[in-house]
Amino acid sequence: MALTFRGGLHIDDHKSATNTVPIKKLEGCEIHTYPLQQHIGAPLEATVAVGDTVKVGQKIADTQAFVSAPVHSSVSGTVKAVEPRLHTSGAMVTAVVIENDGKYEVCEKISPKGDYKNYTPEQLVGFIREAGIVGMGGAGFPTHVKLSPPKEKKITHVIVNGAECEPYLTSDHRKMLENPDEVLLGLKTVMHIFGLKEGYVGIETNKPDAIESMKAEAAKSGDIHIVPLKTKYPQGAEKQLINAVSGKVVPAGGLPADVGCVVINVDTAVSIGNIFTTGMPLISRIVTVSGDCVAQPCNYEVLTGTPVSYVFDAAGGFIKEPRKVLAGGPMMGTALFSLDVPIIKTSSGILALSKSTENFDEDMVCIRCGKCVNLCPMRLMPLYINKYARENNVEMAEKYNVMDCIECGVCSYLCPGKQHPVQNIRLMKQIIAEKRRARKE
Amino acid sequence: MENTEKYIVSSSPHIHREETVSSIMLDVIIALIPATIAGIYLYGFRSAFVVLAAVVSAVLAEGLYQKALKKPVTVKDLSAVVTGLLIALNMPPYIPVWMVCIGSVFAIIIVKQLYGGLGKNFMNPALAARCFMLIAWAGAMTTFHEPFAGAGIDAVSSATPLAILKGVSEGTLPALKDAILGIKPGTIGETSGVMILIGAAYLFIRRVIDWKIPFAYIGVFAILIFLFGKERMDITYTLYNIFTGGLLLGAFFMATDYTTTPTSPAGQLIFGAGCGILTFLIRMFGGYPEGVSFSILLMNVVSPLIDRFVRTKSFGEASRNAGK
Repeated sequence: MALTFRGGLHIDDHKSATNTVPIKKLEGCEIHTYPLQQHIGAPLEATVAVGDTVKVGQKIADTQAFVSAPVHSSVSGTVKAVEPRLHTSGAMVTAVVIENDGKYEVCEKISPKGDYKNYTPEQLVGFIREAGIVGMGGAGFPTHVKLSPPKEKKITHVIVNGAECEPYLTSDHRKMLENPDEVLLGLKTVMHIFGLKEGYVGIETNKPDAIESMKAEAAKSGDIHIVPLKTKYPQGAEKQLINAVSGKVVPAGGLPADVGCVVINVDTAVSIGNIFTTGMPLISRIVTVSGDCVAQPCNYEVLTGTPVSYVFDAAGGFIKEPRKVLAGGPMMGTALFSLDVPIIKTSSGILALSKSTENFDEDMVCIRCGKCVNLCPMRLMPLYINKYARENNVEMAEKYNVMDCIECGVCSYLCPGKQHPVQNIRLMKQIIAEKRRARKE
Repeated sequence: MENTEKYIVSSSPHIHREETVSSIMLDVIIALIPATIAGIYLYGFRSAFVVLAAVVSAVLAEGLYQKALKKPVTVKDLSAVVTGLLIALNMPPYIPVWMVCIGSVFAIIIVKQLYGGLGKNFMNPALAARCFMLIAWAGAMTTFHEPFAGAGIDAVSSATPLAILKGVSEGTLPALKDAILGIKPGTIGETSGVMILIGAAYLFIRRVIDWKIPFAYIGVFAILIFLFGKERMDITYTLYNIFTGGLLLGAFFMATDYTTTPTSPAGQLIFGAGCGILTFLIRMFGGYPEGVSFSILLMNVVSPLIDRFVRTKSFGEASRNAGK
């Protein structure tokens, strides 16, 4: 029996376009752009200047702040500019622009660290920070911070998030199928950091081949449990995944560490493993290129800094005019207005869709059907939060636990009245977060 | 640089389910077709005329009202059709058609539009209209006929099984089998339990309605009538009470109205149970042999209160402060 959580729903996953396409390496792009903000936390300072030559794996930006992760060059070449460039978020963010010399000369400092068992937990967490590793599922929270919970929080479960519940995306699926050893090496490293003998990988049952592949690999070393999960959105949301795999309930407003859990993304685990096999920091990631406008939907291992337009062109370009281009999945990803933005550490997929299904019509109404209440994975009452958010009623929105919303998009997706609860909730959350910050200061 | 105006930018999610208000209303109409056909078959073509009059006047009332107030005309959402159809199914087959039309106009304008239209009304429009008519034209609204009685307003009027069960009218009860199939006097749409259940099954399959309200309603009512009814611990008596009168039509098609019922799972169970208790009390101790319409309306009125006080607990709320 596949495990799961309460709420959520099945969504057409559109994964068949790419789930049988093996990962290919994508190189050769001339200009790479590295935004200095690819994570949640403090922005970075460039450590290179215009005219400098850099090599593959060389650190090009860093900061002293704890909650941050350095950025490394994915090519060798010359720094052309350090200036604000368009980011996938839609904002202009300072970026290092490097012209690729096509030689891919590796930085001298790069060397494999060998067996992770030879290091102390502190050393391992340090390596992970230096490698610039962040949560690669989309949020981009620095992994070394996640792996440094307060001492009193005893970690008992390390879970690799292989749910990949977002429609279209197959990057984690292919990685678990093709290189299960790399995924498990990262998991074992994190288990070692917390002194744990057991680890977990949760995978939705719509990826039976990945489950088989991971099970076969896990059998070699024992004590790693491959947990099949029901195919249901948002199975890969952190709190829902923890609930399905371990039965634990993360307190509202709390963190996974509060119930002894640490969750890491598949690509994040792979990046951690790379420290020991190649020594290479995070300079590439698996990106699903899909959507009905893409000529050859596929999965690429893309060097960070590669423009989105270059990746689409490599996939054969567009066969139809896209109406909507997304970074990430269709439920939680970001709509792009330009293809002139780089692939960053958190770009799990890029999608080009010919149809845009949102309602821009103000006439539709909430008919109080209650479907959003019934299916909200956080068991909130989105219809009321939506109402209060629209009325700008902060007090009532807080009473209805607006801050517990994980913005998974289920309520907006299913609403027959074509309301946009998530959009209004997101805005209200920002207003409340700012108010709370102001109160603290 | 490429043209940056051509891509749509909006907040996630970027895909949406196709279900709309009108597709839901269409499903409800489809689900009511078996009961409507049964009514026409049992009481003749006059029933079809009542249905037509109720639906057309409801749609016209909504369209003309919105036109007159220069509001967007929303008859395309089909909700007025559903209201008209439900009013018709709650009518005795030989009711004067002008009364039906006034009922429809009352439901749409007074109960629905004056409160802001779809999604804003606090009482079920069809049921409010029925109760209004019951008070305005008590005689016409309670004159029922035997099925297959032939055409004409002179056909012999007859007591409903509920009135006989209650002892307020003389007559012989139909056989239980006939009561379940619907071969008995009653309103156009409420008599055939089988046809209503077929429609309800369709709504469950299409996930238009949820089990909580109808099951709580019928379940609580059945338990009360079985334990404390006129004939205690009598399964036949209990079945008569479930399959005669408006209970099934009310429980599956009117107590499940989205707008006028609570949205939280616990609130829905309370709503259903409340309807069951009220229906039991009215049928046992009230002046009317029937109590479904009044029960649902009374619970409609307290629904905003239920929704305010019975909220969902968010995931992890129980331990919100325990972890800190």
